[in-house]
Formats: sequence, C-alpha cells, structure tokens
Amino acid sequence: MKLITVAGPPSSGKTSVILKTIAALGLPKRSVGVVKFDSLTSFDNVRYSENDVPVQTGFAGKICPDHFFVTNIEGAMKWGRKKNLSMLITESAGLCNRCSPYIRGILSVCVIDNLSGVNTPRKIGPMLKYADIVVVTKGDIVSQAEREVFAFNIKEVNSNAKVIFVNGITGQGTFALAKYFSEVPEVDTLKDRTLRFTMPAAICSYCTGETRIGDYYQLGMLKKMEYGD
Amino acid sequence: MSSDTCAYDYYGEVMSTPLYLLLEKYPLSADYLANHRLNNIDKSKPLLSALTEADIDALEEFGLDAESLVLHFCKFLEAFTRSHTCDFGTIHSVTIIGGIDKSGAAENVSLTLHPGEIVSIVGPTGSGKSRLLEDIECMAQKDTPTMRQILINGVVPDDERRFETGGKLVAQLSQTMNFVMDLTVREFLEMHAKSRMVSNVEAVVERSFICANSLAGEKFTPDTKVTQLSGGQSRALMIADTALMSASPIILIDEIENAGIDRKEAIKLLSGNEKIILMSTHDPLLALRADKRIVIKNGGISKILVTSDEERESLEEIEKVDRVLLNLRNSLRRGDVITKDSVCGIKED
Ligand SMILES: Nc1nc2c(ncn2[C@@H]2O[C@H](COP(=O)(O)OP(=O)(O)OP(=O)(O)O)[C@@H](O)[C@H]2O)c(=O)[nH]1
Ligand SMILES: Nc1ncnc2c1ncn2[C@@H]1O[C@H](COP(=O)(O)OP(=O)(O)O)[C@@H](O)[C@H]1O
Ligand SMILES: [Mg+2]
Ligand SMILES: [Mg+2]
Ligand SMILES: [Zn+2]
Repeated sequence: MKLITVAGPPSSGKTSVILKTIAALGLPKRSVGVVKFDSLTSFDNVRYSENDVPVQTGFAGKICPDHFFVTNIEGAMKWGRKKNLSMLITESAGLCNRCSPYIRGILSVCVIDNLSGVNTPRKIGPMLKYADIVVVTKGDIVSQAEREVFAFNIKEVNSNAKVIFVNGITGQGTFALAKYFSEVPEVDTLKDRTLRFTMPAAICSYCTGETRIGDYYQLGMLKKMEYGD
Repeated sequence: MSSDTCAYDYYGEVMSTPLYLLLEKYPLSADYLANHRLNNIDKSKPLLSALTEADIDALEEFGLDAESLVLHFCKFLEAFTRSHTCDFGTIHSVTIIGGIDKSGAAENVSLTLHPGEIVSIVGPTGSGKSRLLEDIECMAQKDTPTMRQILINGVVPDDERRFETGGKLVAQLSQTMNFVMDLTVREFLEMHAKSRMVSNVEAVVERSFICANSLAGEKFTPDTKVTQLSGGQSRALMIADTALMSASPIILIDEIENAGIDRKEAIKLLSGNEKIILMSTHDPLLALRADKRIVIKNGGISKILVTSDEERESLEEIEKVDRVLLNLRNSLRRGDVITKDSVCGIKED
C-alpha cells in the first residue's frame, strides 16, 4: 500500500484537492481510501462517501490533532490494508502552526490557499517547511501577480518543495499531483520511522485540565513573555 | 534535496562575510532572517558568530541549531540565485496537436504559434474554450479528456518543465480574478518586482503604473489600495503587470471583455513583449484583433481562421458601434434620457 499525508489550514482545499487527485489517478473504484484527522467536527466523510471513496474520521478533541495523528497513523494503515487499498491518503487539519504530521520517507503534502494572505507562508511553520509538495489552491480568484508572489514566499520558507497550483473546483493542476502520488514507494509498516519535526512538549498544568489563572497554578513547562516599555 | 553540494558554494562566503555585507549583496537575506525571527542579531559579524550570541531559544523552535541554520541559509541563497539565472530558455513555438471532440471525433488539426502571435478562441458557452486554455496550461500529453498534445519548441516537454516551473511558463488572466492583498498599487508592484528579482525595481514599477493607468477608463494613484480599485482598474493593473513584469512567455486570457478597459491598447501592450497570447472571447473587438482565431464546436477545434483584410478593415466600423454603446452606457449612468440622437451616436462624449 502507498501512503501519502496531506495537511493544511482549515478550509484550504484539502478535501477538494484529494478528491480531484483521486479522480486524476484513474485507479480502480474504492482502491484509494482516506483517513481524516480533525479536531471537533468534520463533514468531509460525507463528501468522500459521495464520491465512493472509503473514509474513516478520527476526532482529536482536546488533544493537538498532530499528536493525535502520530498516535493513530498505524491504526489507519491497518484499516487501509483490511480494506485492500492500494493507496491511503491521510487528511489532517493543521490547526496549530507549531506541528506537522509528516513522517520521514512518506510523501508529505501541504495545501494552502492564495486567499490566506501573501505572508501566510512565512507564518505556517513546520507544516509548510517540511513538506515535499506545496499545493496552492484558489488561484482562480487572485491575480497572476499574487500567485507569483505567493509561490515566491513559499520558496523563501521551503526552497526544496515543489509548488503546484491546483484549482480545487475544476481539478486543473491535479494531473501533476497525481503523477507524484503514483510514484510513491509501497510501505509495509511505519514502526520505527520518525517524524520530520519534533512536536512541542505540551506538559504544562493547563494541558492536563487546569482552568484557574495565576502563577500558583502554573506548573510544568512554561514560557513567559517579555513586555517592552 | 540534492542541493547540498551546491549549498557549499556559499558556505565559505557566509562563514567569512559580515552579515551587513551579505545583506547588501543578497537583499533577500533580510526576509530569511525575518522568517526565523532573527532580524535583530548583530550584523557586524558573520552569521555563525552572530548566532552563537543570539537567543538560541528562537532557533530551537524552528528545529534548527546554529550550524544547521547556516547550512539552511546557504541552500536558501543557492535556490534563489539558481532560479534567478535559470529560466525556461527561449520559447520559439507552441504547437497544439488536435485530439478529439466531445463525441470522440478527431480534430485533425495541428497549429503552431510563435512569439508575438495573438490567437483568439471563439465558440458558444460550454463548447470547450476554457478547456483548450487548460490543455495548454498543463501542456497536455494526450492525457486530458480532449486527448490533445502540446509541444514546446517542436518537442514533447520533459516532466521537469511540465510540472516544476510553478506555472511560470504560462500566465493566466480571467474575469474571476481579484486582488486580495492589503497593499497600495505601488507596494503591490514593488512586491511583485521583488519576487521576480528584477534589477531596476523602481523603473519597472513606474512603467507598469503608467501603463495600467493608460488602460483604465478612470485614473488612479499609486497610493490607492489594490482592493479599492474598480473592476476596470483592477483588470488594467493586472494586464499591465502581466505584460511588463511576468516572465511567462505564454499568456492565456479567459473572457476579460466586459472590464471597462481600453481593449485595443491592452492587446497591443500584451503582445508587445514577444509573448504568445491565446484569448477566449465573445467580443468582436478582441477576436478580430488577433492574427488567427480558433473556432470551437462541441469540444473540438472545428476551424482555424486567419483574420482577413476585410475583417481588419471592418474593425473600424465595429469600434464606432462600440463607442455608441459606450456613450449610451455613460448617459444611462449620468441619468440622462435616451434619445434617438444618442442611439445614432451623434452625441459623442
Ligand atoms: N474558488 C476556489 N474554491 C476552492 C478551491 N479549492 C477549494 N475551494 C473551496 O474552498 C472550500 C473549502 O474546501 P475543502 O476542500 O472543503 O477544504 P479542506 O481543507 O478540506 O477543509 P477542512 O477539511 O474543513 O479543513 C470549499 O467551498 C471549496 O469548494 C479553488 O481552487 N478555487
Ligand atoms: N474535447 C472534449 N472532450 C471532453 N470534454 C470536453 C471537451 N472539450 C471540453 N470539454 C468539457 O466541456 C465542458 C465545458 O467546456 P468549457 O471549456 O468550460 O467551455 P467554455 O469555456 O467554452 O464555456 C468542460 O467540462 C470541459 O472539460
Ligand atoms: Mg477537508
Ligand atoms: Mg469558459
Ligand atoms: Zn500541535
């Protein structure tokens, strides 16, 4: 089975891009499946099912979705094999700019949209910086110049990535993406593989349910801001 | 990922040169420092020495230590100087080899276009005009629904060129495009110029601004926010910018006619820089200004017409009709009552 991880900010076009790329892959029906990792709610399963794509959804709840991802990715692989998938794609809603669900040796795709502002690539962090492919959506809405500046800003943050423009509605551009997906090597297990980037240590008292404010309640790993004059 | 070797070309320089000198030589370095929250480090020293004194906390958050940051920075310099010098070579021609229409019938055409050539694409809505533009954009290789094939300089483009130019071979303009940046016209042009790494930013920005204003019906200042431009002004700025600043040798235009711009000037400007232009249009003023026009029917290229002398001559008449309509539109806007005279075009603006 081939494994591909797709991440990106909410509503950037991940599901649209994945669906159009699956169509462009031209593989037999129901042989490409998706596991969606989200935090609270998601309606993506409906869209995948409508398109006859096998799908599972996991909700991280109060845990960071990327931490949740690592804990559950092997389970996702097991599900994929049980379903006899030839390709498994994971979709993660990147909510925190500090994390990224990328595994060494596994094709990692970051989806961002042109509308999010030209400086966004500089703010997204590891999710963009450690991606192999950066897919830029919604280019149909912005000017050519903004697309060029956006791509440039991506390159400034991640000069190794391939930048691919995809229209999530028409599928324009998914042709190239499908080609990269199909070239991915087969993987049997993820055991002992490593993440591309360490996830932050979330071990302060608030991580474990503390709600009260005040120095007295703040235990564990803390970082205090320094205020200027 | 294979750029490690090249990155070492910069290693010696980065290790020995004080930062302020590097910043002068490679202005983009400032962005790199800002992206890593390192804008405030000591610039009188080379990067590594400056880093060892700086707040190492910030570095850790980016998953880098001082030494790996230096290497990473070398790769950054390498990537940008490379993209600066390496473009797509020269485009001599683009060839469209016919595929099939929506019913599967063969198109039986082969059309080769050269720099400076303008081709219009006409046909009913839904006939496949945008599809043809898409085929060119993705350099179709009998792998799109139309089975068309696109050749660049007479040969099949390699995958590198097809997929990794980040859309740079082709620039697109369409009616649905807007500006979303929160910048003034001047800042916007400067930003684009910077990303294109042009050497004389100020001159190019100035020229683009003047051109945009000459295309727009209503004038605007360089301090106007791009998001506040009217539809016509936006389109004018996009066209001027694409013509003068975009490096893409091929321009695809999808129905931009009702935009309130000087279409004649726009076409002249776009084609002036030895670009290949394909435009889907319903507008006779644009269609007849092209050298050739492709007629699309049922998803296929049904005819390729060369604009005849008679058609060119009739452009003048069409322009008159167009002016009458424009004047009528303006009268309506002003709240005038439309008379038979205004319809006959006697009352010019
Ligand atoms: N105009 C335009 N709209 C797009 C494009 N790609 C996606 N969209 C729209 O953007 C919205 C969000 O797209 P999704 O594919 O649901 O985004 P997502 O990243 O999967 O969203 P979540 O999983 O909820 O985080 C939808 O309304 C899409 O139709 C594009 O290229 N152009
Ligand atoms: N030769 C073809 N074979 C199959 N489908 C086609 C062909 N040409 C066009 N189409 C499809 O027909 C639809 C309408 O085409 P489009 O290019 O949007 O039309 P237009 O721009 O002329 O209004 C699109 O879904 C397009 O993919
Ligand atoms: Mg989704
Ligand atoms: Mg169209
Ligand atoms: Zn996180």
